[in-house]
Amino acid sequence: MDPKSLRFTPTHEWVSLQDDVATIGISKFAVEQLSDLTMIELPAIGAKLTAGKAFGEVESVKSVSDIYAPLAGEVVEVNNDLRDNVQLLSDDPYGKGWLIRLRVQNPGAVASMMDHDAYEKMVAEDAH
Amino acid sequence: MYKLDQPPLLFESSRLGRSTAILPDSDVPDRPLDAILPGAHLASQAPTLPELAELDVVRHYTNLSTLNMAIDANFYPLGSCTMKYNPKRNERLAGLPGFASQHPYQDESTLQGLLQLLFELQEMLAEIAGLDAVSLQPAAGAQGELTALLVAAAYFKDRGDRRTQILIPDSAHGTNPASAHLAGFEAVTIKSDARGLVDLADFRSKLSDETAVFMMTNPNTVGLFDPQIGTIAQLLHERGGLLYLDGANMNAILGIVRPGDMGVDLMHYNPHKTFSGPHGGGGPGAGPIAVRDFLGPYLPAPIVARSDDGTYRLDADWPKSIGRVRSFFGNTGVLFRAYCYIRSQGPDGLKSVAEHAVLNANYLMQLVKDLYPVHYPGRCMHEFVASARSIAREKGIRAMDIAKALIDRNFHAPTVYFPLIVPEAIMIEPTETENRETLEQFARVLREIVDENPATLHDAPHTTPISRPDEVKATKTPVLKWQPGA
Repeated sequence: MDPKSLRFTPTHEWVSLQDDVATIGISKFAVEQLSDLTMIELPAIGAKLTAGKAFGEVESVKSVSDIYAPLAGEVVEVNNDLRDNVQLLSDDPYGKGWLIRLRVQNPGAVASMMDHDAYEKMVAEDAH
Repeated sequence: MYKLDQPPLLFESSRLGRSTAILPDSDVPDRPLDAILPGAHLASQAPTLPELAELDVVRHYTNLSTLNMAIDANFYPLGSCTMKYNPKRNERLAGLPGFASQHPYQDESTLQGLLQLLFELQEMLAEIAGLDAVSLQPAAGAQGELTALLVAAAYFKDRGDRRTQILIPDSAHGTNPASAHLAGFEAVTIKSDARGLVDLADFRSKLSDETAVFMMTNPNTVGLFDPQIGTIAQLLHERGGLLYLDGANMNAILGIVRPGDMGVDLMHYNPHKTFSGPHGGGGPGAGPIAVRDFLGPYLPAPIVARSDDGTYRLDADWPKSIGRVRSFFGNTGVLFRAYCYIRSQGPDGLKSVAEHAVLNANYLMQLVKDLYPVHYPGRCMHEFVASARSIAREKGIRAMDIAKALIDRNFHAPTVYFPLIVPEAIMIEPTETENRETLEQFARVLREIVDENPATLHDAPHTTPISRPDEVKATKTPVLKWQPGA
C-alpha cells in the first residue's frame, strides 16, 4: 500500500478504509523505533474494539508496546501470518505487515485523521 | 584486549565415576528401595548428575565468580537501580546467629529482639515517609506496589466507591501498569510534557471520578523532581483519588522532603536500592509500604505492635486487612540490613546520602553533557538520562554499542533504552558512594568511546566470553536446558 494514501493516528497506527472495512497497521517509523521485533498479540475475529483503547501488543527486544484502535468496530480479519513471522511487520509495515481488518461503526471518522504529510510532520517535530 | 574464556559446564567436565567423596561401607543393612518407597514414586532410572572431583568443582565456581561484574569490583552506574555500595558491616550484623538463626514458629516471647527491631523499622520508615502506618510484609518493590494498590482498592470498596482507573505517567517503571492491572484496575497513561514532567493538561483531562490512584515517581525516571506534585495532589484529592509514590528514587530525597508532606497517601520503599539490601540476585527482597492513617486498617496483617507492658507481638487483629501477602514477617534478613543502614546513618547521614547522590549525578552530567546531550536539560537529581541520538546519527554508534563498549573498559553498562520517552536513552546513576576520581575516569572513557571505530563497537564487548547474543533468537527460541551433544 502506498503510505501516502493512508491515514494515521498520533500513536502511530495507520488506517486504510474501503467502504466500512478498515485495514489497520503500524507505521514504518514506529516499527523502526521498536527495533528488533519478537512477538505480536492480536485480538480474535469478532472482538469489539473501542476507539483509543489498546487492542494488541507488539513486543521487541527493547519493550512491549500497546497498539491502539484508531476506530471503533468489530474485528473481521486478523493477519495470522504475523503470529508466525513478526518479521513481516518490519519488512513491509504498509503491506504484508497489516494487523487486522475492522468493520467500523463510523467510517466518517477517518476523514478527521492525519494524512501522510501531517503524520510525517508530527514525527519530525517529535524528533527534536 | 584479553578475552575471558567461558568455562565448560559441570556436565561437560563430568567423567563417569570421578566422584568427590568416597563413602565408607555402610553398617546399616541394605533394604531394597521399593520396600521403603512405593514403586509408583520411583524413577525408572537414576538422575544423570555430573561427576567431578572437589577441586574441579571449586575451580569451576571460582572461575565463574571472576566473570561477574559487581559493585565490589566495578563502577556500576545502572540508572534507576541505585547500585550503591552496601557497607559490609550490615552483612556481618545480619549474619549474627541471634537474628539469622531465629525460626518463625518460635514463641513470641523468644523473638522479642527481632520483633523490637521490626517494630522500630516500621516507625523509622513511617517517619522517613511522613506517613502513619507501615507493612513490612511485601517481598519486593513490585509486590509493595501491588499490595498498596490492593489496600487502596479495599479502602474504596469499603466506602462503596467503585473506581476503575489508575493514572500512570509514560515515564513510569513498567511495574506500575503491571501492578495496576493485577490489582484489577485499568492503567491510563499520562503524557510527559516538553520538560519531562507530568503534562498537567493531560492529567487534568484524564482525572475523573473513575480515578482511584495516580502513581507518581518523584524524582521521576528521567532524574527530574516534579515540583507540580503539590498541585497534582490537590487536584487528585478534590476528586477523591489517592496519590501513590513509587519509592524507587527515594535515594534522591531521603531526609530532604517527606513524601507525606508532598501529599502522598501511600508508597513503597525499595530497600535494595535505598537501604543497602542485597542488589539483585533474584531475591530475597523486601518492599515495605507506608500509608496514611485512614488506609492503615487495610494493611496486610499481622503488624508488629508494642504492648503496654513494653513487649512486642504480632498483631493479627486487623478485621479490615487485605490479608497476608507474604508468609511470616516478610524477608527479615533484608529488613534487618535496612534497619542497620538507617540506624548507622542516622537522620543527618541519610540526608547526606541524598545530597551526595544528587551532587555526584550533577557532576558527572556536567562532564559529559556536551557530547551526550541530556534530553531534558537543567539540574538533575540522583540520575540523568543522556541521549546518544546525535552520536547514532552522525557516527552510527548507538546507545547499545556504547553500553557494550563500557564493559570492555571495566565499567558496568548504564541502563539503556529506558525510559522509553527518550530516544537512544543512556540512563546514568552514579550513586553517592563513588569518589570524584571514579566519576572523572568514567566520563573520560565515555568521551573516548565515541572516537572509536563504529564497526569495532558494533561487535563489543570483545573481552567477555559471550559478545552479542542474538536477542531475538534468545527471546523466541530460548535454550533453557543443556542437552548432551547439543
